[in-house]
Amino acid sequence: MAEHILPFEKPLFELEASVEKANSDEERSKLLEQLAQERAEVFGNISPWERVQLARHPQRPRMLDFTGRIFEDFIELHGDRSLGDDPAMVCGIARFQGRTVFIAGQQKGVDTDEKVLRNWGMPHPEGYRKALRIFRLAERFQLPIITFVDTPAAHPGIEAEEHGQGLAIAQNLLVCSQLKTPILSVVLSEGGSGGALAIAVGDRIAMFEYAVYMICPPERCAEILWRDAEQKSVAASALRVTAPDLMELGVIDTILTEPNGGAHRDPDTAAASVSTEIAAFLKECDAGTWTLDKRQARFQAMGQWVDTVS
Amino acid sequence: MAFFKRNRFLASGPKTSIPDGVWMKCPGCKETVYKNEVEDNLSCCPDCEHHMRISSKRRIEIFTDFNSFQETHTHISAADPLNFTVGKETYAERIERAKQQSGLNEALITGTAKLRGAKICLGIMDSTFIMASMSSALGEKFCLLARDAIKSQTPLVIFAASGGARMQEGILALMQMAKTADAVRQLNESKIPYIVILTDPTTGGVFASFASLGDFIIAEPNAYIGFAGARLIEGALKVKLPDGFQSSEYQFDNGFIDQIVKRSDLRDYVGRLVRYVHPNPPTEAEIKASEFVPKPEPIAQVPDETAPTPTEP
Repeated sequence: MAEHILPFEKPLFELEASVEKANSDEERSKLLEQLAQERAEVFGNISPWERVQLARHPQRPRMLDFTGRIFEDFIELHGDRSLGDDPAMVCGIARFQGRTVFIAGQQKGVDTDEKVLRNWGMPHPEGYRKALRIFRLAERFQLPIITFVDTPAAHPGIEAEEHGQGLAIAQNLLVCSQLKTPILSVVLSEGGSGGALAIAVGDRIAMFEYAVYMICPPERCAEILWRDAEQKSVAASALRVTAPDLMELGVIDTILTEPNGGAHRDPDTAAASVSTEIAAFLKECDAGTWTLDKRQARFQAMGQWVDTVS
Repeated sequence: MAFFKRNRFLASGPKTSIPDGVWMKCPGCKETVYKNEVEDNLSCCPDCEHHMRISSKRRIEIFTDFNSFQETHTHISAADPLNFTVGKETYAERIERAKQQSGLNEALITGTAKLRGAKICLGIMDSTFIMASMSSALGEKFCLLARDAIKSQTPLVIFAASGGARMQEGILALMQMAKTADAVRQLNESKIPYIVILTDPTTGGVFASFASLGDFIIAEPNAYIGFAGARLIEGALKVKLPDGFQSSEYQFDNGFIDQIVKRSDLRDYVGRLVRYVHPNPPTEAEIKASEFVPKPEPIAQVPDETAPTPTEP
């Protein structure tokens, strides 16, 4: 696949090309220094909208690219036992450093055929119900759950409505608020609306440095509030969708650093930081500090409001 | 009636002797109907029974026992956690404007009331307040109300209506879905009956959280109920949606609603339901006493401001 270059990445790619063409070691090291500087500048000042673009980068590793690197074995489990199987939601049982975990997450698809099959990572109700089934299994076997969030949004479609999308998401939220087993949620790239939250009611929520997690796509927010979809970058800033924003708002617990230039430039390194996070989470669970109350209290405390009494 | 069908003519005719706002067009049958008649009919069309939106204030009047509603949690209102600004208006200013326009503090009014003699906790969402979108304050009020219901061992009744999550609060509004679902978990664990009445329109994050989690889910006729908005679906799929898509009747046919109940029957229907599952059901005497309705003010055919106000007997 040809390299997909975002507008703000262009000068970096040009510099990289000249590094390769450099005639002497001296020139090369000078250019490399320049590249490091330029990269620090570009990524140091990266705007929320540019982060949205990075999160949606066509070459950004997908859920299965990560799970393939993180887990020693993965047995996929299909079907919601009611209506069908949703390929947009991948669920199963996996081995991590010699122990068993349950996993669920959205897979966006890499090439056109897979994107169509996976519905661009937008689950149908069957997907949420499959995840719910997996969550309950994990609880019964007292095994931890790792979820991977990468979805633009829940699927806007006739069938999805007919099959009870609203109820399916609501039930996941309800069940996750009482599930007696540890849940770690990792926002890989795009965490979009209820489709993301349906598998992200976790004890611990980690998020990649350039991932975004939002109530709705900035384009849609711009369309509704600014009445102009072109105001998407303004909306992206206003919505506070970046990992540092969410950290400040108390929605996430950890920011996973990405390799230079973003996860797509070095998927192995990116996957390693997820592994480290999972290992840390499991260690915490082993230490016996995990309690369900903490998850419940965490979501009870979400939000900010004015209380004129207290 | 052909003359009246041309609403535009009515509105713009400078010499018309019909005072402004006396007539209205029914969104259901498109007939022009007498406004007073609609109001007397609980804001339903006298011709086709189309249920129109009503304010939370009116809802309390027609649903609960006379003078039994006591509002709670009025001290909770929306903050502007993201310093969100659209054009020149900050979200804080937007909230102020909504408060002025609606006379409400938030899009969810909470309180305690009696319904046919039975004590209930009652929440009513009012779409005149920023389309009854879900803010952090709304989520908090819902949770406080649920806790009141648990503490007082009374069923929780919610009239749901919402355009979705409140975008101006970004991710924090999204998190209210998880927060309110957790409040429903507390109700379930305490075995407190939770009744939801879906009204026009119930969509988005509210539909995908507490509004779908009722032990009993009732809907008013012809309400717009769905998760993703019809326009969004139409835009995404480039197809014409089937007639009646995402209506109460459609949701009923798909198995997501226990019963569609006309507004005029809601008091009786929910009243019975509440009584049958109430941890402390009302006595026969209390039920009987609840039938008290003060004499209605005489309906003035011709508005007459000099008419004396009726006094209590």
